[in-house]
Amino acid sequence: MPNETVLTMRGISKQFPGVKALNNVDFTLRKGEIHALMGENGAGKSTLIKVLTGVYGKDAGVIWIDGSEGEAHIHSPQDAQNIGIATVYQEITLCPNLTVAENMYIGRGNGLLVKQKDYEKKAGELLANLNIPARPKQQLASCSLAVQQMVAIARAVDMNCKVLILDEPTSSLDDKEVQMLFTLMRDLKSRGVGIIFVTHFLEQVYEVSDRITVLRNGELVGEYVVEDLPQVQLVAKMMGKDLDELNSMSEFSQKAAVSDEVTYKAEHLSSEASKPFDFQIHKGEVNGFTGLLGSGRSESVRAIFGADRVTGGKVKVNGKDVHITKPYEAMKNGIGYLPEDRKRDGIIADLSVRENIILALQVMKGFFKPLSRADMEKFADEYIKALSIKTASKDTPVGSLSGGNQQKVILARWLLTHPDYLILDEPTRGIDVGTKLEIQKLVLKLAEENVSVTFISSEIEEMLRTCSRLIVMRDRNIVGELTGDQLTQKQVMKTIAGGEAS
Amino acid sequence: MTVQNSSLNQKRREPLTDTQLLMTITICIFFVMYILAMLLLGGGFLRAQQIFDLLNDNAPLIIVACGLTVVMIGGGIDISVGGVTSLVVMSCVLYLNNSGNMFVSMLLALGIGLAFGLVHGLLVSYLEIQPFIVTLAGMFFARGMTTILSVNPQKLAHEGVNALRAVKIEIPWLGYVAKNGNLIPARMELGVIVALLCVIVIFLLLKFGRTGRNFYALGGNQQSALMLGINVKRTRFTSYVISGLLSGIAGYVFMMHTGAGNATNAAGAEMNAIASSIIGGTLLTGGVGNIIGTFFGTLTLTTIKKIVVTSGLNDPWWQSITTGAMLMFFIVLQSVVLSRRGKVKTSRNVKE
Repeated sequence: MPNETVLTMRGISKQFPGVKALNNVDFTLRKGEIHALMGENGAGKSTLIKVLTGVYGKDAGVIWIDGSEGEAHIHSPQDAQNIGIATVYQEITLCPNLTVAENMYIGRGNGLLVKQKDYEKKAGELLANLNIPARPKQQLASCSLAVQQMVAIARAVDMNCKVLILDEPTSSLDDKEVQMLFTLMRDLKSRGVGIIFVTHFLEQVYEVSDRITVLRNGELVGEYVVEDLPQVQLVAKMMGKDLDELNSMSEFSQKAAVSDEVTYKAEHLSSEASKPFDFQIHKGEVNGFTGLLGSGRSESVRAIFGADRVTGGKVKVNGKDVHITKPYEAMKNGIGYLPEDRKRDGIIADLSVRENIILALQVMKGFFKPLSRADMEKFADEYIKALSIKTASKDTPVGSLSGGNQQKVILARWLLTHPDYLILDEPTRGIDVGTKLEIQKLVLKLAEENVSVTFISSEIEEMLRTCSRLIVMRDRNIVGELTGDQLTQKQVMKTIAGGEAS
Repeated sequence: MTVQNSSLNQKRREPLTDTQLLMTITICIFFVMYILAMLLLGGGFLRAQQIFDLLNDNAPLIIVACGLTVVMIGGGIDISVGGVTSLVVMSCVLYLNNSGNMFVSMLLALGIGLAFGLVHGLLVSYLEIQPFIVTLAGMFFARGMTTILSVNPQKLAHEGVNALRAVKIEIPWLGYVAKNGNLIPARMELGVIVALLCVIVIFLLLKFGRTGRNFYALGGNQQSALMLGINVKRTRFTSYVISGLLSGIAGYVFMMHTGAGNATNAAGAEMNAIASSIIGGTLLTGGVGNIIGTFFGTLTLTTIKKIVVTSGLNDPWWQSITTGAMLMFFIVLQSVVLSRRGKVKTSRNVKE
């Protein structure tokens, strides 16, 4: 039974204009296993998933699904649903304006009428069965993101799916919510559902997965049983190189020396989203805000940048009293902010790489003094090269770049303004390991050049590597400040948890 | 957070959904307004006939507003409804005056409406053209066709239909006693029955129909609707067909009410219908709306106009000004209410 396959994909190829996204890829999923699909950005994970769910057609290859005769033909998401492939995407693909029960049953069946009462009853039973804390009649928008995701999973379960694809399900959840999700995943596994788990979090892979399939540059690297593949090797396989790069991080671990000059100082700063807090950062210092999702770390830096309405407090930049209430004023004072939500607050997807890069500088100069075309080209070329942004040309719309490269474009945008103080909110979220390292290195390099940097990341390890001071937040309050020897994972966890043993 | 409150207390009453909340607000405001009018203005407002007059005069508006609500819930817009209504009136009057058949004239009305709905639906859903542009073109086309058919007003001269026009439903117990001692019963036109039927049918469709629920899903999030396995294109197509069909019906009811075709018939009906839907709690962004709300929205809008006239402000601009103010008031009210709800429900830190 455990080795009974439920999904077999053989020789899948997919060509996009100019790119071979998938080249002869095999994938096998067994009944009742959690199978992690790993790879850097652009490795072909998303393409493989989209081929499987009928969003893209495949150029070559065959797909077999357990229970259906012969080759499976999947031409649309509906086809995929009908043969038992269900997908839960990173972005919630449910309707926020409908009730939980409706979201579980809409789009299924063919009758002229819908049986709302039946739905609510069945939904109630299933939600209770799966321990999902949602009420059937509740409007979906009133559930937390984690619960919404679980509702999407419940929908898939109710459709008797054989294959459940979870595409980056944990990236917007906090630890507790992730654990809830994992419990649910294990429960489904014991019911014989095959789960494809796509994620960037290595620890999570090792926590729940049975097997790992690694893709690189559209090709299959291999399929491994989790126990046989230590984490370092997995990273090496994903990146396709030896661990040199990874090890070379250690030489960066001596953090930049901090000068006494205070770049930015806030007293009792508060915004409509954050409680008053005190904060200061020295020249050339890299510090970090850490805490669980929702602890107020993003809200605090948004207040510094004036991204939320500032409600009070005193701010000094380079020793001078200033008044920052909106992002423009922050920029004028040499503060740059790379937002957490890249797609919404960061890139302007339809503009070219060049236009996205010069945006902040142009705003600071004012729109009546446009940069010359030659300057724009020069800046764009310079930063595309400096940050090794992978783009077809500087006129490519930024939306068509991979996540990591989009992030680099936004970084370039701020670097071009030569800020004294740069705030990076989750710059490494959802991007591949290689780019993550590059960004970490860049942060340290900036610090050497006397730029103050605030670095926020969900991965504590990453912050320990780059930051010389960590500010720990819990429930929207600063609960600790760690420096020097205190910078250990254990100590951070302890402080976050509030002194309880971790 | 919801995570902690996992006690699945089934008996607990769910908070109103956005749709229900907005509708409730509208209904309350309508009644408060009407009661105030009864107390302060008295006169006609104390008689039941006042309500029936409102319905008699505005049955076509109620019908087109129903169609528009359907389209708006699906996240679209249809501004051709007034034009189509007017084209239907003119076509039917001309056809009937040329010794046409009453039954065929009804089919003609439905046919014209359906044709517009089909074309709009096709262009919007399958060729993915902006609905505003498509229906704007439809509106100009319909208005133009009406003028081509006849520049001059045409009086309906078909005996059968005129006889039907004269039929009024009398409700004696809602009547009043005139000064000379005669009982004058409340009168309702047949068109009102049609309008109420439309309201009921659309209500049932939106509440219990598979297609109806799909409209909400489509308006809520198109991408999600697609991923949930809904045929997005067909659903959107259907919404425009329904709107077109209802414009056809509205045209016939309009003709029954006025008994004449005129190139300026139902002028601005699309804007009044949009206003009615919005006042009734439909959001232009889609996914939220309710046909009962729209019904009361229409009544609210028309009552306001009546109140303005009754207060002695007879100049036509007063109606426009109050309509505008009313609409603004409702939109602001809705956005304040919804954003306050949003703040209570989802705390700022839950990011997408």
